[in-house]
Amino acid sequence: MAQPDSMATQRLRRLLLHPWSLGVAGIAVLLGLWTLVAGLGVVDPLFLPTPAAVVAAGQEEAASGDLWRDISASVLRVLGGFGLSALVALPLGIAMGTNTTFCRLLEPLLALLRYMPAPAFIPLLIIYFGLGELPKVLLIFIGTLFFNTLMIMDAVKFVPRELLETTRTLGGKKRDLLLRVITPYIAPQVLDAFRINMAAAWNLVIVAELVAAESGLGKHITLAQRFLRTDQIFLGLIVIGLIGLLIDLGFRMLMRRSCAWAT
Amino acid sequence: MNLVLDSVCKRFGDGRAAQLVLDQISLTMHTGQFLALLGSSGSGKSTLMRLVAGLEKPTSGSLSLDGQPIRGPGSDRGMVFQKYSLYPWLTAAENVAFGLELKGLERGQIRERTAFYLEVVGLLDSAKRLPRELSGGMQQRVAIARALAAEPRLLLLDEPFGALDLQIRESMQEFLHNLWRSTGLSVLLITHDIDEALLLAQRVHILAPRPGRIVQSLSLDLDKGDLHELRISTPFQTLRHQVADTLRQLDRDLP
Repeated sequence: MAQPDSMATQRLRRLLLHPWSLGVAGIAVLLGLWTLVAGLGVVDPLFLPTPAAVVAAGQEEAASGDLWRDISASVLRVLGGFGLSALVALPLGIAMGTNTTFCRLLEPLLALLRYMPAPAFIPLLIIYFGLGELPKVLLIFIGTLFFNTLMIMDAVKFVPRELLETTRTLGGKKRDLLLRVITPYIAPQVLDAFRINMAAAWNLVIVAELVAAESGLGKHITLAQRFLRTDQIFLGLIVIGLIGLLIDLGFRMLMRRSCAWAT
Repeated sequence: MNLVLDSVCKRFGDGRAAQLVLDQISLTMHTGQFLALLGSSGSGKSTLMRLVAGLEKPTSGSLSLDGQPIRGPGSDRGMVFQKYSLYPWLTAAENVAFGLELKGLERGQIRERTAFYLEVVGLLDSAKRLPRELSGGMQQRVAIARALAAEPRLLLLDEPFGALDLQIRESMQEFLHNLWRSTGLSVLLITHDIDEALLLAQRVHILAPRPGRIVQSLSLDLDKGDLHELRISTPFQTLRHQVADTLRQLDRDLP
């Protein structure tokens, strides 16, 4: 029979060897340093609030409902802009990946547009569409469309020729190639492209809200700056980071669920 | 089944960059025959196979199957490639069923035929496994089952065992030989493996490279009762050396 002692040791070892344990340790060290430096009082609390102060700020904001309003405003903008971008990028990328004419026509254009930083479009978007939701959604759309399209195009180009030709020898028509071979084959790469480009969308929404907004996490941060509420700024940054992490994990889970063959 | 190629030429590119890949290829093939096209790289053997499959069009000359000119790919000519032969997101059974679904067969019929052809290649118990869970040899067997399930008049094999280890390749050759014997399939095999061509085929066309052309045709009447015995027998080894010399000579004659 196993000793209870060794059981505990085993459990501890399994915990330490878990792939996440190092990552958690990294975050814990940072939190520890933060607590230590803020607690020692060597830095003015105006510049560096204690973790406890940030948690308190979070509780305050959550209770008043402001936090949820800001989160939902930012998340909805990202969903709108990125959803639109994905909706356009999918057919466009597939068309460019399968059709040489399309590709030669659009690839140089997209390569050029891709190098124009999306935030540089903000002044133009404000002139055209004012300060409402539309310019923010469009900013995210512009900022992710070209990357999404080019990454999907690349995925389509890497579908093995043999797989397409096998399908044709089995009697498959163009439609079958598109829907039954290309689409499932590129699905994992498309999900991965979306996961990576979602980070850009999340950055852009904050940038847009820093410039001009009624609500949102970016707005939360600019307001806090005006009142020198560094605890609120820290809260905003941490919430932005956590939501980004959740989105990333969500995409990874979706990938494992729907494209198990590729993982 | 009657496959006729008449003075088929294939040229890639135009003008100065044009390259003649196949030069005046003529051959015929009948039901139940096992024909091999043997040649080194550059002999245009894969291009020839693609022409028969209908994936390429000849520059001149004609190809016909049972009197009908070959205009494009179709499920009457099943094809198996060397690599990327299976849909990686589908199980073995779903891979085999794929062509039948494209044909619009009924569900029950698809299930029945899929099981039958998986059984033919000895993989019924791996029906639910994904390609990546199968060995290279098993994957090629599934690919063959998928081609057979469409019940083609002609099976086209483009170096189907080229990516496999030597040991597995030999057992796959035995498998293909037995399959051909028991089903009366018509098989067109492309290979650069002399043993493979001589062991399996009744007739072997040797292709010379640049441009690809048939330089020698062998009709083989070896005793194929036991492939393993045949492999090490003296007459087989003698023939093998002769063919190897021919191929070597062809490569040396290149400009």
